Amino acid sequence: MLNQNPLWRYFVVIGVLLLALVYAMPNLYPEDPALNINATRGGAVSETTRQQLEQAFTSAGITPKAVTLEAGQVLARFQSAEEQLRARQVATELLGNVNYVTALNLVPTTPDWLASIGASPMKLGLDLRGGVHFLMAVDMKAAMDKNINDLVQAFRADLREARVRYRSVAADLERGEVQILLRSAEDVTAARSALSKIDREFVFSEGAAEFSLNVTLSENRIKEIREYALNQNITIIRNRVNEIGVAEPLVQRQGADRIIVQLPGVQDPAQAKEILGATATLEFRLVDEQGDLAAALNGRLPPGAGLYYDRSGQPYLLENRVMLTGEHITNASSSYDEMGQPQVNISLDAQGGNLLSTATRDSIGRRMATVFIEYKPGEELQADGTPVLVKHEEVINAATIQARLGRSFRITGIGNPAEAQNLALLLRAGALIAPTQIIEERTIGPSLGQENIDLGMTAIMWGMVVVLIFMVVYYKVFGLIANCALVANLVLIVGVMSMIPGATLTLPGMAGIVLTVGMAVDANVLIFERIREELAEGRSVQQAIHQGYDRAFATIADSNITTLLVALILFGIGTGPVKGFAITLAIGILTSIFTAVVGTRLLVNLFWGGRRVQSLPM
Amino acid sequence: MRIFSFSEALNFMRFKWPALMLSALLVLGSLGLLAVKGINWGLDFTGGTVLEVGFTQDADLTQVRNVLAERGYADAVVQYFGSSQDISIRIAPRDGVEQSRISNEILTALAQTTADGVEMRRIEFVGPSVGGELREQGGLAMLVALLGILLYVGMRFEWRLSVGAVLALAHDVIITLGLFSLLQLEFDLTVLAAILALIGYSINDTIVVFDRIRESFRKLRDATAEETVNDAVTSTLNRTVVTSLTTIVVLVVLFYMGGALIHNFATALLFGIAIGTYSSVFVASGIAVQLGLNREDMLPPPPPEKEGEGTEPLM
Repeated sequence: MLNQNPLWRYFVVIGVLLLALVYAMPNLYPEDPALNINATRGGAVSETTRQQLEQAFTSAGITPKAVTLEAGQVLARFQSAEEQLRARQVATELLGNVNYVTALNLVPTTPDWLASIGASPMKLGLDLRGGVHFLMAVDMKAAMDKNINDLVQAFRADLREARVRYRSVAADLERGEVQILLRSAEDVTAARSALSKIDREFVFSEGAAEFSLNVTLSENRIKEIREYALNQNITIIRNRVNEIGVAEPLVQRQGADRIIVQLPGVQDPAQAKEILGATATLEFRLVDEQGDLAAALNGRLPPGAGLYYDRSGQPYLLENRVMLTGEHITNASSSYDEMGQPQVNISLDAQGGNLLSTATRDSIGRRMATVFIEYKPGEELQADGTPVLVKHEEVINAATIQARLGRSFRITGIGNPAEAQNLALLLRAGALIAPTQIIEERTIGPSLGQENIDLGMTAIMWGMVVVLIFMVVYYKVFGLIANCALVANLVLIVGVMSMIPGATLTLPGMAGIVLTVGMAVDANVLIFERIREELAEGRSVQQAIHQGYDRAFATIADSNITTLLVALILFGIGTGPVKGFAITLAIGILTSIFTAVVGTRLLVNLFWGGRRVQSLPM
Repeated sequence: MRIFSFSEALNFMRFKWPALMLSALLVLGSLGLLAVKGINWGLDFTGGTVLEVGFTQDADLTQVRNVLAERGYADAVVQYFGSSQDISIRIAPRDGVEQSRISNEILTALAQTTADGVEMRRIEFVGPSVGGELREQGGLAMLVALLGILLYVGMRFEWRLSVGAVLALAHDVIITLGLFSLLQLEFDLTVLAAILALIGYSINDTIVVFDRIRESFRKLRDATAEETVNDAVTSTLNRTVVTSLTTIVVLVVLFYMGGALIHNFATALLFGIAIGTYSSVFVASGIAVQLGLNREDMLPPPPPEKEGEGTEPLM
């Protein structure tokens, strides 16, 4: 008998649909506005804090839906966004923002039984959720330059230690090499063997001048430095992002020197930019008390010293030798001293503590200047059109060293509390060896995100309605069957999108769903037209159904493979929203083949298959 | 209900030359437009800054322009976006300033002009180097898509059909680009996505026709290539029109209800699918026929005849 359904086919189709339906269900539950309260620097929030928070909310007249302690952080759910904002104020007042970070969030209200099988709502892209997307580029040239400069310092010490006398050791940043001038051919050999003992990866070559030696880094080492610079930036940006207080931030590497940062729900991109974009470090240098400041101002710098200014334009003569750099800083916080003046407390790692201890041993009573160094894009442009980063150095203060400094000390004399707080934040976040800059930003305000969702939903709904009506008018009962397939297709798309962890719904993605609704009927149109043709050629009803599905399938497969190919290419090159479009397109193609070919066949066989019917209602 | 019901094949190939001439004209015209007027590249490809700002009342564009001019952004393009309370401000990339901070400055400046303040709806900043990369990637994607299709269709069908299909696709893409050039619509990443989707859907249509051409060659043993193509196009005409109709209908919905951000996306697809439907009927197969498509080419090698093939199976 033709056109009979084997039992397993019912199981497969119904099973697949049920599975998709269950996984699509979490999308029906609205999200709760919530607060995430985290402890900074890897600390955990205690149960006591949770209780304190709950009490504070209640006494402020806010009734949270729930305040729970999960994985070291407090999650408080609220009825409305308005309560959420008030609660954030309450929480910030109670806990302060030094040791705790409070982040606004939207959390799904998926029921437990759904959550327990791993079902969760679709992830929404930033264009639907609101938030900030940054693409940051790491300045690799700066990383290399810093490395070469460090080598110069190191080589001087190493050569002294190996008792090789040299005329000069200088950096050529353009060529990325260190040029060493020596006095004799023996010294060249000696220097070479001394330096290669330190690192086998140095590449030596003879310089243009007599008795000179050029040292460059091997490809391997250069790659390592670049990797390090990138990874360091990623770590630091992660830390900074945590300081901003974002519930589900994304910090991800892209390519060789780029970092993607996504901050959903951030409402103030300006602040985020300030914190992410500023690359700051500190250097501690001794003030050159012997040098003649007036002469230096006239351009006659004493040897081994440089001229620096503070914010008010006051000049300082500082030694070129750096006592300590910011990369040894492990923690920094702002507070007030005994006089009520703002100050920044700094802790160092062990190595930094030793360095500073040695450096300050013989300098008690001398003044130590704190130099704040920030890289800002300047006027000049690089070959690729991005501005060259210019180093801005500013003396924050110069204080007399009261005692031999160790692993923790403080800087006083900072303008105002806000500045102290900001400085502490930047120092805490670490010191970069390579500055970054934002090369792409896409920010969507929260209201536009919601509007985009509403627009997308209406478009999908009306697109659906129009197509459903058309199909019934044109194909009558068969139209109804195609419509079942269309609805099932939508459920499948939503279910699959919710199941795949990496799939994100974006506005173009929603457009893709609308388009899929229009195109998904194509497979059924092909089949139905084919059945009509077979009937017109005089075949029996059963033959027509059988041949119609059979012959149409080859065409459906052929024509959809090319579309799938295009979707894959789109996925490969697209970013953010466009990728979302590619995903819904690809999923839509696959699910529509399933529903149109397998799903409708099931119904058609069920109603008309294997019976003596004279004509089909189409 | 049926749109078309024909007792015999329509002679589509009679219009082969007029259609090919018309297409050639449209393609040349589009290329001319692209050369003369160029494409209004969106922010994604030029770099720069776009801000979408919401006011509580109708926005006063002149005032906004004045505020911007005071700050040194006299070249900013200010226009309504979606409604009269929303405006978009586009600023070309410039040298010597930290571009990512321009948006902050403008927002602060605009907030001071009204008592109620303004709402930041959208900020997009694309650095010049990123813009260049996106342009390169976009062009590359389009070429890879066309090449991939050329290979696939060449493998599945015959090279003449493959060439016809890809030329028809290029035709659709070029004419759609021509429309964007003519109307100076903004060409951004979503439009690029639409063009790629268009490539996908247009080939879909063409392949359905080609599949039928192959089948018709087997069925009509004594027919000429033109007659065979006519038969194939006629028998798939209903499907072509119905699918195009449903797709166009949902695109119209998207055009009117999808919001301003989706507008150009919908325009590209709407126009492109209309052109694509025409080209898969007239252009793709017209070119293949003109290249000398014939029966022998379509059936290599003849599959070993199965027993009972061609006879009506018993119920």
